[in-house]
This record gives sequence, C-alpha cells and structure tokens, in this order.
Amino acid sequence: MALLEVEDLEVRLRTARGMAAAVRGASFALERGESLGLVGESGSGKSMTALALLGLLPEGAELSGSIRFEGRELVGLAESELCKLRGDRIGIVFQEPMTALNPLHAVGRQVAEPLRLHRGLSNSAAREAAIALLDRVGLPDAARRSHAYPHQLSGGQRQRVVIAMALACGPDLLIADEPTTALDVTLQRQILDRLAELSEESGMALLLISHDLGVIAENTRRMLVMYGGSIVESGPTAAVLKRLAHPYSQGLLGARPRLGAGRGNRLATIPGSAPELAEIPAGCPFVERCRLAIDACRAAPPPPEAVGPGHVARCIRLDAAGARP
Amino acid sequence: MSDLALSFRRRALGHASFAVGGALTLLLLLSAALSLAWTPWPVYELDIPHKLQLPSAAHWFGTDSLGRDVLSELLAGARTSILVGVIAVGIGVVLGTALGLIAAARRGWLEELVMRFSDFAFAFPAILSAIMLSALLGPGIVNSIVAIGIFNVPVFARLTRAQAKAVWAREFVLAARAAGKGGFRITLEHVLPNILSVIVVQATIQFATAILAEAALSYLGLGTQPPQPSWGRMLNEAQLQLLQAPRLAIFPGLAIALSVLGLNLLGDGLRDLLDPRLARKR
Repeated sequence: MALLEVEDLEVRLRTARGMAAAVRGASFALERGESLGLVGESGSGKSMTALALLGLLPEGAELSGSIRFEGRELVGLAESELCKLRGDRIGIVFQEPMTALNPLHAVGRQVAEPLRLHRGLSNSAAREAAIALLDRVGLPDAARRSHAYPHQLSGGQRQRVVIAMALACGPDLLIADEPTTALDVTLQRQILDRLAELSEESGMALLLISHDLGVIAENTRRMLVMYGGSIVESGPTAAVLKRLAHPYSQGLLGARPRLGAGRGNRLATIPGSAPELAEIPAGCPFVERCRLAIDACRAAPPPPEAVGPGHVARCIRLDAAGARP
Repeated sequence: MSDLALSFRRRALGHASFAVGGALTLLLLLSAALSLAWTPWPVYELDIPHKLQLPSAAHWFGTDSLGRDVLSELLAGARTSILVGVIAVGIGVVLGTALGLIAAARRGWLEELVMRFSDFAFAFPAILSAIMLSALLGPGIVNSIVAIGIFNVPVFARLTRAQAKAVWAREFVLAARAAGKGGFRITLEHVLPNILSVIVVQATIQFATAILAEAALSYLGLGTQPPQPSWGRMLNEAQLQLLQAPRLAIFPGLAIALSVLGLNLLGDGLRDLLDPRLARKR
C-alpha cells in the first residue's frame, strides 16, 4: 500500500465569477521514503493540491475525489482528526519564511510547539528537542538562536526554523511548497540538499513543489507536471526530463534561462498566458497556447498515453510532439 | 529584554502626546488615590454659612452653594470617574474581545450574528441607550456603568473581529494550522497576542469616552446619585449659580476636559509607540 494515494482530486474555489476548478482530476501516489516533484507555473494548481492534502483549503472551497494516507481516507475527515495528522504525520514547509513564523514568539518555542501539541512533551523536554532539531536542519549555534525572534534571523535561517517545525514530530510525509523560492541560489542548494538527506535518513516521503525544473531534476525521483489544474505528464524524473513528451513540458524546459546565452538572445517563452481558472477550456487545458493543437484537442480531456516505462503524458499529439522514439 | 524596555522608555519620554497624556492621566489617578486617604475637607460635609466662597487659603477652589469644599469634591469625583471607566471599559473589553475573537475564528452564521448584533447596538447612541436603561432600571451608578459597558461591547467586538481576521489571513496562522493546532489554541497563542496592542490603545480611548458618558449621565440626573461625588452632577448643580459663581462650573468642566484630553493623548501616544510602523507613516 502506498503512503499517499490521490485519486481524481478536484478542488473548486469560490471566485468573483463563481466556482472555478483549481485542480481537475489529479491522481498520483507516493511511496514511503520516495521523493516526488510537482512542477508547474503559478496558478497551475500546485499549491491548492498541497493544501488539499492537509485539508487547509481556503474558506468556501469544495473538495472531491479521494486522498488516502496510509490507507485512510482524508476527504471528509473531521477537522479534529485532521488536526491530529497535521504537523504529526504530515508536515509542510511554505514558500515565505518571512511570514510563516509568528513575530511574537521566540523561534525555539515555535519549533517546540508541535512536540508539546502532538507528543505531550513538557516545556523543558520540548525545548531541548527543539534545539536538537534546529541543529539538525543546520542552524548554526542552535542553542543560542533558539531564543531569537524571527526578525533577528536571516531568510535562510528562518526557512531552516520552518523546516525544523515541520520535521519536529518526524512526519511520514513532508510537503515542501516552493521551499527555497524566496532564497538565493546558494542557500537554495544547501537547504534542498539538507531536506534530501533528512528524508533519506528517516525514510520520510517528500513532495517537493516548485516551478523550477532544475530543483525538481536534482531532488526528486519521480515528477509530475501540472498545468491548468491537470497533471499533464508524469513519470520517473530522469526519464521525463530526458524525453519531455507533453508540448507544455517541452515549452517549460525551453523557457529556462541559460547561462552564457549571449546578449540579444531573447528568452524563449510559451506564447499566451496561463488561463484564468474560470476560463480553462473543456478539452486539453493547454490547447489555446499549444503549437500542435488540432480540433480534437478541444473536444475532450486527453487520456493518459504511455511514453515510456512509468512515463505518461496526457496528449493526443504525442507523435507530432516527437515524444515517441 | 531590558534593552527593549529601556529603548521603549526613551522613546516614550520623547513622545510629546504620550508624555503629556501620561502626565494628565497620572494626575487623574493620583487625585483619585489621594481622595481615598485624604481630602482638604470632608466631602459630604455641608457648611451653609460658608457657601459660595471665593478661592482662599482655607478653600483653594472655593465652596459651592451648600458650602462644600470644591477641591475635595473634585478629588472624590475623580474616584467615581475612574470606577465607572474601569468597570464599563472592562465589560466592553472582556465581552467585546471575546465575541470578536469567536466571530473571526468560527466565521459563518456566528460571525454574522455577532456583527449584526453590533450594528444593532450601534444604531442607538450611547446616551440614548443609557437613558433607556436608567428609565427601565432606575437611575444610579451601577446602571450607568452597565449602560456604558453595553455600549462598549460592540466597539471592541468590531475592532477585534477586524484585527483578528487580518491575523487569521497571515501565513504563520496557516503554518500553525498545518502544525495541527485547532482554532482555540490559534486564537489564544497567535491571534490575541498580535492584536493586544490595538485593544489596549482602544481601551484607553474608550476610557475617556466612558468618563465623558458618566459625566453626561450624572449631569442629566441619571448617573451617580447624591451624596456620591460626581463631576457631572457638580456641573448640574453649578448651572443654578452660573452667573454668580461661574467657577463652580469651570472647575469640574476643566477636570472632565483635562481627563478626557489626557486619556486621548495617551491613547494616541501608545498607538505610535506600540506600532512603530504606523507612527512612521503618519
């Protein structure tokens, strides 16, 4: 049994123009100790997928489909039961370390909080455990810094604190939603490496969400590409990146800035812009921007097509895209 | 921490409205405290032969139409003002903040209910509802405290709800929820501490309003009843001799004005000091 099984996940959000689907029929699974990357641009539904897993969707959102964690259905589970899972079995790291910490509490106390909450540790025991955790995530001089308030720490140090908080109870699943986007590249590398090591050490599964193919390539074993709320491509990271099949994934890779590309070379882009939630077409979500689109693409959502072992893309124009050998 | 306290003190003393407001408020508190232990003359003692005297060495602020010492009455009146202010604002803070926090945490119909109740309570001016209550329950200090207190509940409920909702939308609250905390814990540990300074500032300002309201009710004969000393009633009694002895109205009027001014300045200063970001913007 997989640790996490998501089937046909649908998230509808309340917008100014009525209910709009932010996630449309996403299905994926995550084994114990496995690392899964979720890549896509802003508004593709990545973060909503993460929030749905924790039952933390914004007010008025509708959720359907199935999320099974250790075989237990989370969709429709009572809030009090979800509270027991959150921060204990499932941890999450958010994008903005600047705002994810309460400015009024010392960071040591914030890291100790989940331990007192879920493990019933005494204040002093939780404090000691918090210092050990801060040390583990690579915060230098952890014992002294545990007394610091968030504004006294740098962005990288704060993100380490946030990670320590998420890891406090030794979760089975860590969701990292753009954990390093707000940090500079050197720090990004250090923190992702540390996350990968920690997940290795403890057999914790990692769901890494990013818009950066490079981050996904280096830190995950399997990956999903999300566009317009649908998972358009999935498979083993190495295989997917070697032969990107979906025209959107190809565009995404083409749009990466390259070092030494020379002056005057414009950054390649995908024409058009990501559709508004309410305007995502009925067929393939990418149809309006796809250079290969034909009438059949608009008719119905494309079915999953095998590209290689475990590598699947939802596109009916895979041959034209040069995806098949 | 002591560094923080030291820098706060330095900033506070350099802040003009905080310093002046603090001094006036301190004067009010000291007057009330002093009146508990000592007044120049007994507060309730009538001395008809010495009525309507001008200020002198024996009676610094003179005497009123019944020969009572005006200074002694003013000092004792401060006590009444503070008593009414503290309890009435206390009612408002405790009930209003609780309602506002619940509304922000629970949302939905409960929030609607609290807010519509606030709108309803706001629709009646404070004095009008106090008059109504006094008419129903009879005039007196307890009823005026209750009336002013009830008026304060929606003030704090609205303020707290708005502030608490802003905190609920912050990412660290989402992080706290992701750590498995329930609404009650988040409210106590994350929301309340982050809005406390706003509530303290508002309480200071409402305190001034409460003193004013108490004076107004007593002036109308609905608040503090004789022989309990009250600035508002001193004003009321003074109006009969307004032309012969205007000082009888001026002294309590000045006491009310300075107390209200002091508390408002203190509130303004506190707001600047407790929220430095706001101070710089102004």
